[in-house]
Amino acid sequence: MIPVIVILAYLALIALIGGVAFKKGRENTEDFFLANRSIGPFVFFLSIFATNMTAFAILGSSGQAYRQGIGIYGLIASSSSFVIPLTIFFIGTRLWALGKKFGHQTQVSFFRDRWECNHIGTAIFALSAAMLVPYMIISIMGGGTVLADISTSPETHQPLIPYAWGCAVVAVVVTLNVFLGGMRGTVWVNILQTIMFLCFGAIAVAWISHALPHDFSYYISNLASDPKTRFLVTRERMPAETFWSYTLIPLSSIMFPHMAIMCFSARRVTAFKQTVIAYPLAILAIWLPCVFLGVLGFATLGKIPDPDGVLLRMLQTYAPAWLAGLLGAGIISAVMGSDAHQVLALSTMFTKDVFAHYGGQEKFGEKRSVHFARGFIVVVTIIAYLVALALKDKQGIFEIAIRYAFSGFAAMAPVMVAALFWKRSTQWGALAATIFVAATLIGTGFLQGKPATPPAGAPTKPGTNAPTRAIITNTAPKVASTNVITTNAVAGKPAGPAAAAGKPKEDIIWKIGEGDSAIKILSRAPNGDVRFLGGYMTVFPMVVGSALCMIIFSLLTKPPSKETIDKYFSVSS
Amino acid sequence: MKKLVVLLLILAVYVAHQDFWNWNNPDPLVFGFLPIGLAYHAAYSILASVMMAILVAVAWPKHLEEQDPPAK
Repeated sequence: MIPVIVILAYLALIALIGGVAFKKGRENTEDFFLANRSIGPFVFFLSIFATNMTAFAILGSSGQAYRQGIGIYGLIASSSSFVIPLTIFFIGTRLWALGKKFGHQTQVSFFRDRWECNHIGTAIFALSAAMLVPYMIISIMGGGTVLADISTSPETHQPLIPYAWGCAVVAVVVTLNVFLGGMRGTVWVNILQTIMFLCFGAIAVAWISHALPHDFSYYISNLASDPKTRFLVTRERMPAETFWSYTLIPLSSIMFPHMAIMCFSARRVTAFKQTVIAYPLAILAIWLPCVFLGVLGFATLGKIPDPDGVLLRMLQTYAPAWLAGLLGAGIISAVMGSDAHQVLALSTMFTKDVFAHYGGQEKFGEKRSVHFARGFIVVVTIIAYLVALALKDKQGIFEIAIRYAFSGFAAMAPVMVAALFWKRSTQWGALAATIFVAATLIGTGFLQGKPATPPAGAPTKPGTNAPTRAIITNTAPKVASTNVITTNAVAGKPAGPAAAAGKPKEDIIWKIGEGDSAIKILSRAPNGDVRFLGGYMTVFPMVVGSALCMIIFSLLTKPPSKETIDKYFSVSS
Repeated sequence: MKKLVVLLLILAVYVAHQDFWNWNNPDPLVFGFLPIGLAYHAAYSILASVMMAILVAVAWPKHLEEQDPPAK
């Protein structure tokens, strides 16, 4: 009961913040979408970090560490701490300057002006929106699930707040916050969220270390000395190809519309300085304790049915109820912080890239545009809520869609780089890259959705390759443990249990040559993951292909006018 | 020259991410409980922060500050 009270108090506070932000706001789109480009350095850092750090950083990281061990930190956290600040430094600052000078509020409005195009911008908008929507839906699903989990009574096993009510609470609070406060309300909430985030890990580790009967070294040494659990404290089951290709995934960060829009909102470019330096340290503060506690959870709790709930279990077992409540509030705030930015970004994109671009703003004026944006927020949240209810048991679909979204946005990064740094780039190069990314996403989705090849003699069961349980915590691309095991088998390393008799086998989709010397261009692991050259994530060929499309089609087509090139490169270069 | 140094710095930090030498080994346990593979990448995050501080110091796009609003 205590955790539920803590969370509900927190939710009420968020709704209140939206109300206060509303009073401070003005009725124009620049103010509603970008807080009048007035965000100071400290709030900018907290907010851009919160925009990017979802609940996956707490629950998903510990859950993945429980399954796969410490390698998850190097795979996701340290690669992000290298790539994301670099993209903010090189891309975010330029976007900010161009937005400030020419009034852009979205990536698409920049692309349209930079390449003198119209419908191609709409195509980029459509792809971005399609990749963002599943992310938003899963945020609401995640909120509903977490509220139900936390409020479940250990005696009756019944949730005090059922899933449908949990989703509704999250949707209503997010809507209130964004509807009333726009960007200002959203970033104010982010301040609270990030501070909670940053403090939580250290507090949890300190508390649990006191409550455990032995010290940490006892448990970690036990894991290391047992051959069955040694993989948790090494990366012996993590293929190097996956580890390397994952480095490309954080390129997606700056391409997510809500991240790019955040870049437009800073008051001064100097706000980026502190942000890029502090960003890796903030990742460290959140991920290190969570990954460590995930591994420790395996050593102390043994096998549990839901690894993504390992941190909650650790706290329920070793910490007081109020701390579990704070964790719950932290998770909910993470879900809602990123959800609020996603809803606001979608609203900004629709209002600016569609409504305003096709004459709506001219016809109805600034004030009505804000009304349109608010109406859109309500409608899109209701739709997302209904989808979250209707597809409650099909979260795996969204989990897959989000995995694609990360690869898709990462593969769109060459388009942004070309727009900012390559004078010769053209709209046709951008269109070719967009079509390539969309086609590879659809193709990969089709391949992943195909039923797995059953083992010899086993009855066929359609859809068995789909993940049985998604990480409903607003996830980064999931690297399932089965995947690690099967790709080890591909690489000729010890195959592990997945290679045992009776398991589905790897599908070779496209290979060159025959027999042992054959090169596997595309293959599909038994869990459905599509792999390139035997082990690389599909983001690798997608980024390379997108860059090649951008280069080749730009060189084959006419560049923008000299005036446009001069206009942009006098600012950004 | 400065561009080349910046590029080499970024490249060096990127290469440092691929710590194949820690792949199969949990030892030594740093502070007695952190497996080396985890401690290394925790330190890597600090290294990334230092790299960014250097970039801010030597490669900051100062010309963009022209777009800053006038100080109040």
